[in-house]
Amino acid sequence: MTPSTSSAITLNINGEKYTLPVDHRTTLLDALRERLDLTGSKKGCDQGQCGACTVLLDGRRAVSCLQLAVAAEGREITTIEGVADGERLHPMQQAFLDLDGFQCGYCTPGQICSAIAVIEEHAAGWPSAATDDVRPEAGVPALDAEEIRERMSGNLCRCGAYVSIVQAIAQAAEAAGTQAKEAAA
Amino acid sequence: MTTTTGVAAATGAVGSAHTRVEGRDKVTGAARYSGEVPFAGLTHGWLVLSTVARGRILSVEAGPVLAMPGVLTVLHHGNAPHVETDYLGMLGRPNPIVGLFQHDRVPFAGWPVALVVAETSEQAREAAEALVVQYDGEPHDVAFHSGRSDAYTPQDTPMVRAETEKGNLEAQLGSSAVVVDAEYTTPEEHHNPLEPHAATARWDGGRLDVIDSNQGSSWVASELAQLFSLAPASVRVRSEHVGGAFGSKGLSPHQVAAVMATTVLRRPVRVVLTRRQMFSLIGYRSPTAQRIRLGADADGRLRAFDHQAHSLTSSVHEFVESSAVLGRVMYDADAHHTLHRIVRLDVPTPTWMRAPGEAPGSFALESALDELAEKCGIDPIALRVRNEPETGPVSGLPFSSRNLLACFEEGARRFGWADRDPRPGLRREGRWLLGTGTAAATYPSGVGPSTAAVTAEADGTFTVRINAADIGTGARTAMVLVAADALEVGPDRVRVRIADSDLGPAMIAGGSTGTRSWAWAVTLAAKELRERLSPGGGIPPEGITARSNTAGAIGALTEQERHSFGAQFAEVAVDVDTGEVRVRRLLGIYAAGTIVNPLTARSQFIGGMTWGLSMALHEEAIRDLASGGHVGADLAGYHFASNADVPLIEADWVEDPVPGDPVGIKGIGEIGIVGVAAAIANAVWHATGVRHRELPIRPDRVLRAADEARRRATGGARSA
Repeated sequence: MTPSTSSAITLNINGEKYTLPVDHRTTLLDALRERLDLTGSKKGCDQGQCGACTVLLDGRRAVSCLQLAVAAEGREITTIEGVADGERLHPMQQAFLDLDGFQCGYCTPGQICSAIAVIEEHAAGWPSAATDDVRPEAGVPALDAEEIRERMSGNLCRCGAYVSIVQAIAQAAEAAGTQAKEAAA
Repeated sequence: MTTTTGVAAATGAVGSAHTRVEGRDKVTGAARYSGEVPFAGLTHGWLVLSTVARGRILSVEAGPVLAMPGVLTVLHHGNAPHVETDYLGMLGRPNPIVGLFQHDRVPFAGWPVALVVAETSEQAREAAEALVVQYDGEPHDVAFHSGRSDAYTPQDTPMVRAETEKGNLEAQLGSSAVVVDAEYTTPEEHHNPLEPHAATARWDGGRLDVIDSNQGSSWVASELAQLFSLAPASVRVRSEHVGGAFGSKGLSPHQVAAVMATTVLRRPVRVVLTRRQMFSLIGYRSPTAQRIRLGADADGRLRAFDHQAHSLTSSVHEFVESSAVLGRVMYDADAHHTLHRIVRLDVPTPTWMRAPGEAPGSFALESALDELAEKCGIDPIALRVRNEPETGPVSGLPFSSRNLLACFEEGARRFGWADRDPRPGLRREGRWLLGTGTAAATYPSGVGPSTAAVTAEADGTFTVRINAADIGTGARTAMVLVAADALEVGPDRVRVRIADSDLGPAMIAGGSTGTRSWAWAVTLAAKELRERLSPGGGIPPEGITARSNTAGAIGALTEQERHSFGAQFAEVAVDVDTGEVRVRRLLGIYAAGTIVNPLTARSQFIGGMTWGLSMALHEEAIRDLASGGHVGADLAGYHFASNADVPLIEADWVEDPVPGDPVGIKGIGEIGIVGVAAAIANAVWHATGVRHRELPIRPDRVLRAADEARRRATGGARSA
């Protein structure tokens, strides 16, 4: 018997379940773009070098072009289409819009997904190559421009919008920090 | 006491910051780029490229591939429909690479030899990779350098004048108190827009409908009509959102492949280039080798000016990287010579890439000016002030406006230039040597004929139709603002439709001409409409539409030197142990006419400056002499600046009114990159005392140069 080259899988994307047959070669990115008409995730290189296809897998950022769709079954997938609260933009989207953190817009969904994860990773105390003191007792480093640049370097932008991307992330991070403090109080 | 001129002061939309009208779509992922529009029955085409750098195709073994699941056709030189390439398009004869599959010759590695079309992209890709193509390979030659005996001076074209000459250069050099004579090189560079080139083509009720990613859909539609011998009106090209272009998105093999395949299959066909394919299919910036000779009096006044620029082209098409044009605008001298030379190699044809000519040319020229300042012992800005021409150095024509010195003045003030100690190699901070540098920038302010239509709708809003392309520039938003002022209404009452060849012909987004060209047409149509709207008069349900065509007005423009200008400032730190160069800050001040939207304009300037930084330190495509192809043709092998490479960059502008100009807008797409690499190289000299005349300024070059400088200083007795 010839082994099957496709399977029916169920993907959990932005809180909704999608059941579809996929060719086993299909990447998560192609499944999103070609099969499910979720074209917000972009294909810039198809080999994990540019970050335009970044999505959140169980809350952590991942390049969806290096992920096979069949391997994403059972995981919680969040794409750019799922980060806003209905009509209300996610604060990161709003900051990118207000501060012009993009030009052509093609890397933007990946930048925004990545940036949302950066704030979570930073809040969880994860160090980066820009962190001066990585000892646990040193605590969470300030999310300054240098930290943001380092943590966002997996997302290329050829238009050269980095300066305003950093400013947008800093603004959104500050808003998130304030919110967190208010929630704690 | 205030006077209002033209449209600019009407409602103040122009000149105030507006976020992008399509911004929400871009941050939510709703914006659909060309490969993302769904079609029923869509098929997928995958290009197969040559693996030899020169030779002949012996066979394309399509049989086994046609038997693979989902494969619909394999197109190649043995079965492809005819494509007509003997015509003159908007920018001259087409690059023969768009004459897809018309013969068995292979002129370079990565030449398209076949297209596989299948039901799914996975099937198409696997079949394309499985397709066996046999070649009769021939020896190839891809080695570029300035000393080649087969270099030649190209014929003048409407785009590039090959040579200009006045005065006796050798005599003036001979009688100069100070002479700089140096050679500079820049490597092969690639556009790499983040969105790969993509086109979906289909026949729709007797019309060819193409969704494409390009810089001008009128242009691409017209070229496709000629290639496939179709009536111009039967081709429609749309490009609603374009994920970056930078000169690379004109007519390329992907559109031709998609149209050819849909014509054969009568089903919609999408062809998307892979990142790797982009390195040989869409053009690139030629490497350059430039020799500059400057002769000056002891006080820095130029007596002799010579800029000779070498670049390469392919064996099938001529393209000249016009690096030597800057001096024709920037600096006068008693004897003045500029020359382009090219050599034909077995490589893909280069093309326009952001600030073609001026980007590599300014690295050489503005570095040489800095060397001259050093030799004369005067400040680099003072040197430029001393050599500021009254009229065009070569043309003798007046400048429409030239506020270069105002840029230097404002830039120097904000950068803190006055406190600079000119001596090199003195400032140290731990492992880092620190330095600052400056350079001038210029780019032509061109314009092209465009048509526009503006409609007063019955509901009190206005619709502007202009076939502009928004490749990330903010063109859509700029046209809303321009129209709002011309109509004297708020921007919220203006809608703009762009990027559809059915809107009528308009200038491409290229060479910093788009906004100037489109704004002119929109303004004329809006003015005409206002005259036709009677106060209190009703508007019929279909609205009232006024149209414009700027061809006549452009023809009536007086001959002048029309350019943007700018001053670039850089501060760098050079790691003495690793040779790494870090740019700590960049400042660019520009004189670029009316700035339509300060928010997006600043982004565009900073984007250009980021390109300049990337060019100075990172970008370099490596060609393997043995295979004739690239090493590392991807975004890891070809590094352009990432977020961590880019410091705080500031861009701003000075007032730059253009007296008598009907538009006042100059265009800002290119000028941001011009001069930045020189400013950084000059800062590296200031930090280390070593001149870098080869780009990019890689760590190994910094270390080797420092080592050589040390050896020279100690008498050069020991070798490593």
